[in-house]
Amino acid sequence: MSTAVEPRGWAKLALHINGWFVYFFFYAPIALLVLFSFSNNRNVGIWGGFTLDWYQEFFNSSNAQGALSNSVKIAVVVTFVSVILGTMSALALERFTFRGKKVFDALLYLPIIIPDVTMAVMLLLFFGEFFELLDMAFGFQLRKGFWSIVISHIAFNISFVSVVVRARLTGMDTDLEEAAVDLYASRWKAFRYVTFPQILPGIAGGALLAMTLSLDDVVITQFVTGPGWTTLPVYVFGLIRKGVTPAINSISVIMLLASMILVVLSLFAERARHSV
Amino acid sequence: MRLRSQKMALRPKGVFMRKDTKLRFVAAVAAFALLAIPACGGSDDEEKASCELNEVDGDLALYNWAEYIDEEQLAEFAEEYGINATMDVYDSNEAMQPIISAGNSGYDVIVPSDYMVSILIEAKKIQPLNFDVIPNASNISDDFSGLYYDPDGSHSVPYQWGTTGIAVNTAEVGTDFPRSWGLIFDPAISGDFDGQIQLLNDPRETMGAALKYLGYSLNSTSEDELNEAKELLKSTASRLAAFNTDSADEFITQGETVIGHGYSGDMFVQFLEQDNYEDYLYFVPEEGGTRWIDNMAVVFDAPHPCTAHTFINWLLSAEQGAALSDWNYYDTPNQAALDLMAEDPDGYYDDLLDFVRDPARYAGGIESLESIEDTGEFEINFADAFVEAKG
Amino acid sequence: MAIASDQSSEEDRMTPQFEKVAEKKESRRGFLLALPSYVYLIIFFVIPLIIVLVYSFATRNRFGGTDLSGWNLESYERIAEPIVRTILFRSLWLAFLTTVICLLIAYPFAYFLATRRPAIRNVMLVFVMIPFWTNFLVRNFAWRVILGNDGPLTKTTEFLGLGTQELLFSQKAVVLGLVYGYLPFMILPLYAAIERIDGQLIEASRDLYGSAWQSFRNVLLPLSMPGVIAGSILVFIPSMGAYVTPEILGGAKTTLLGSYIVTQFLTARNWPFGAALSFVLMAIMLVGTVIYFRKGGRTL
Repeated sequence: MSTAVEPRGWAKLALHINGWFVYFFFYAPIALLVLFSFSNNRNVGIWGGFTLDWYQEFFNSSNAQGALSNSVKIAVVVTFVSVILGTMSALALERFTFRGKKVFDALLYLPIIIPDVTMAVMLLLFFGEFFELLDMAFGFQLRKGFWSIVISHIAFNISFVSVVVRARLTGMDTDLEEAAVDLYASRWKAFRYVTFPQILPGIAGGALLAMTLSLDDVVITQFVTGPGWTTLPVYVFGLIRKGVTPAINSISVIMLLASMILVVLSLFAERARHSV
Repeated sequence: MRLRSQKMALRPKGVFMRKDTKLRFVAAVAAFALLAIPACGGSDDEEKASCELNEVDGDLALYNWAEYIDEEQLAEFAEEYGINATMDVYDSNEAMQPIISAGNSGYDVIVPSDYMVSILIEAKKIQPLNFDVIPNASNISDDFSGLYYDPDGSHSVPYQWGTTGIAVNTAEVGTDFPRSWGLIFDPAISGDFDGQIQLLNDPRETMGAALKYLGYSLNSTSEDELNEAKELLKSTASRLAAFNTDSADEFITQGETVIGHGYSGDMFVQFLEQDNYEDYLYFVPEEGGTRWIDNMAVVFDAPHPCTAHTFINWLLSAEQGAALSDWNYYDTPNQAALDLMAEDPDGYYDDLLDFVRDPARYAGGIESLESIEDTGEFEINFADAFVEAKG
Repeated sequence: MAIASDQSSEEDRMTPQFEKVAEKKESRRGFLLALPSYVYLIIFFVIPLIIVLVYSFATRNRFGGTDLSGWNLESYERIAEPIVRTILFRSLWLAFLTTVICLLIAYPFAYFLATRRPAIRNVMLVFVMIPFWTNFLVRNFAWRVILGNDGPLTKTTEFLGLGTQELLFSQKAVVLGLVYGYLPFMILPLYAAIERIDGQLIEASRDLYGSAWQSFRNVLLPLSMPGVIAGSILVFIPSMGAYVTPEILGGAKTTLLGSYIVTQFLTARNWPFGAALSFVLMAIMLVGTVIYFRKGGRTL
C-alpha cells in the first residue's frame, strides 16, 4: 500500500493544523458529554459536583440496558450483511457490465436519497402487508421485532457501503488484477489475493459507516420495531421529552468505552497476527 | 386507515431480469401494491374480551410515553402476577397511531391522549373494555365521565392528566405581570425579554395559545380566526428564542429563556430539581389553555387482552394511582389516589401536593381549560398556518 | 462511473466470437454479483416504495388516515404553492453550504490521514468515527450546551474579550451542527480515494509542475474526484432531509424540507402530501446526482 507524499513547508503545517483541528472539533462535544455524565445536576450544562449516580441509574435500569443490547445486536448483524451485499454490488458495478446495470445503479441510490420518515412509513405498511400475506399463505405468525429492524437497516446500508467501496474501486489500477487473472486463471483468487487487500480500506470505511448509521437510526426503527425491541436511539428519543438528564450522557459514555475497548482489542489482534 | 387485504396468496417466481419474466415481475409488483389497498370497512366484530377478574393470559406488552411510569412499578405488577412485563416508548400520538393501525403490533396496552382516543375508536383500533374485570374504574373521579372523546367511557380509562401553560422565571421577570397569554404575545408586556421566550413546536398547542389570546376556542375551525392567529404568531416569531417541545422546561431553568410554554408535569419536575425552585412559576393564563388527558386502552389485536385488563385494573387502585403521580408529577384522575395522598400522615406526598394540587395554577378556573379535539380535515389548516407563521 | 457500460455495443460487431463468449460469461458474473442486492432491494425497498407511491395519489380522510379510493393529483398540485418553494430553496442553500464547508475541511484532513504511517492511519480513521458511536441526539444536545448562553463558547469569547456570541438558535448553528454530523461521511470516501493514489505520481507531478497548487489541481484532484463526488452526495442528501439538528440547534424557527415532510406524516397526518413531497424531493436528488456524476465523469 502506498503512502501519499506529504507536502513541504507551510502546506505541511496547514495540513497538520487542520488535522488536529478536526479532531478537536470532533471531540469537544464528546469531552463535554463525558464530563457532564459525572455531574450531580439534573441539567446537562450545569455542573453540580462529582457523582456516579447516573451510571448507577443505568445499571439499575433494565430498559436502558435492554435498549443498548438491542442496538448492539442489531448493528452487528446489519453491518455484517450490508458489507457483504454492498461490496458485491460495488464490484458488480465497477468491474463488470451486465444487463440491467444502469437500473441497478439508479436503484442503489434511492435508499440514500429517500427521506427517513418516508422510508419508515413505507416499511411499516410493507411489513403489515407482508406478515399478513405470510400468515395467509403459509400460516406463519410473524411479529415485528429484531428481524424487521435488521431487514430495514440493511435496506439502506447496502447503498451506503457500496458508495464508499466504489469510491475506492473507481480509477483503481486494474493491471494488477488482470495480471492476476491471467496468472491464477480464477477471478475468485484474483479477487481474494489482489483486489480484496486493495479495497479493504474502502470496505472498512463502509463497515464503519453502516455500523454508525444502524446505531443512530431512530425514525425508521421506531416504525418497524416490535414489543421488547426498543433500541437505544428510540429510547433516548423518548427520554428527551422528559428532559435531557446526564443519564443519557452516561449511556453514551458506556457505548464510547465499549467501542474503544473493541478497537483496542482488534488492534492487538492485528498486531499479534502480524508478529506471528 | 383500514387495512384489510383480499384473501390471495402470491408467489413471484423466476429470475427477475430475464426479459420474458420482466413483465411477470411487473405484474407481481402491481398485484402486491394492490394488496396494500384496503377494502372498505373495518373489523365488524366489536366484542369485549371475556376474562376473569385478575386473569392473566400471558406477558404484558405496554406501549407508553417515555418516563411515564416507573420501571419498578411495572416490575411490581409483573412479579405479583408471575408474568413478564415489557414497555416500549413513543414520543408522539402520531408516531404511535400508524404502528397500532397497521395491525400485528404485538402491544396490549397503549396510552393515547384524548383526541387520539376518538380517532382510534372511530378507526376501530382499540377494543371496548370489559368493565366487569376493572372494578377499580370506580376510583376514577366523576369529573372524568362523559368526556367528548369517549362519551360513554366504553373504550378508555384516564391514566393521567395535565395542562399546557406558561412558565416564568420570576427572578428575571418579577411577579408583577398579568396572568395572560399576552405575556408571550404582547410586546408591550414582555418586550424586554425578546429572544428569551419559547413556544411549543406544535401546531395545535401554539396556534391554540394564539387563538386563546384572541379570545377564540382553541378548536376553532374558522379560517378567519385561524388567519388572525397566524398573523399574531408571525409578528411574535421574531421575538422568540426558539420553538421547542422537548426542552421547554430545561430552557427556563438553564437561563436560555425566561418565559416558556410547556406542559405542567414537565415544568414541575424540572422546577423541583432546582435549588431556587421558588423562583419559578407555572400557570395557565386566565384566557384559558389546554387541558389534556392521557388514557389507557387495549389494542384491537392485543395478544393478551386479559393481562391488559388486569393491568389496567391494578393501576387504577388507590395505591398504584398515587405511586404513579408521585413518580411522574402529573395530575391523577384517580379520586381514591387523591384521597390517599391528602390523608398522607407521613408527609410523604408533600412536595407533590404543593404542585399538583395548587388550585391557583388555573388563573381562569378549571372551566377555562379546553381539550384539543380532532378537527378532521382542518388539522391540515393548523399545520399549514403554523409553517406559514414561521416563514 | 456508469460510462464504461456504454462502450460495449459499438464494439460488438468487431469482436471475434470467442471474446463474445468470454464477455457473456463476464456479464453473467457481474449479474450474479449484483443479484442478491438486486433481489433484496426489490423486495424490501421497491415494493414498499410502490406502496407509498400509491398513497401519494390518495386522499387524507377525516381521521388522518388515508383513503385509498378516489385517486387524484391534489397532493402534487400543492407542491406548486409558494411556501413549498421557499422551503425548498432554503433547504437547498443550507445543504449546499454544509457540503462545501465539509469538503473544504475534509479534503485536507483526508490527505493528512493518507500521509500518516500505514500502521497509524487506521487507528486515526477509527478515531474519526468513534464520536459517532454515541447517540446523535446526545451529540446535538452537547452542541446546544456549548453554544448556549452560559456555555463554554461564550465563556471563551468573553475571556478573550470578544464579547458574547449568539450562535444558538440561528442558521449558523444549524450549519455548524450539520457539518459536525456529516463530516465523517465526507472524510470516509475521500480518504478511500486519496489513500489509493500512488505517491510517486504526486512526487513526479511536483517535479513536473513545480508548484504544489498545480500538482494538486492537475493530478491529485482529478484522481480523487470519485471520493469528492461520493462524499458530496453523502453529505448533501442527508443535509437536505435533516430535521433534528435544525430543531435542536436552530430552534425550529424556520421550516426546512426535512421538518416539513416529517410534519406532514407525523403532525398533520397527511400521508398523501408527505409521500408526494418525498417523491418530488427524490426526483430532484436523483436528477441532481446524475448530472453531478456526468460532470464529475468529465473531469476524470
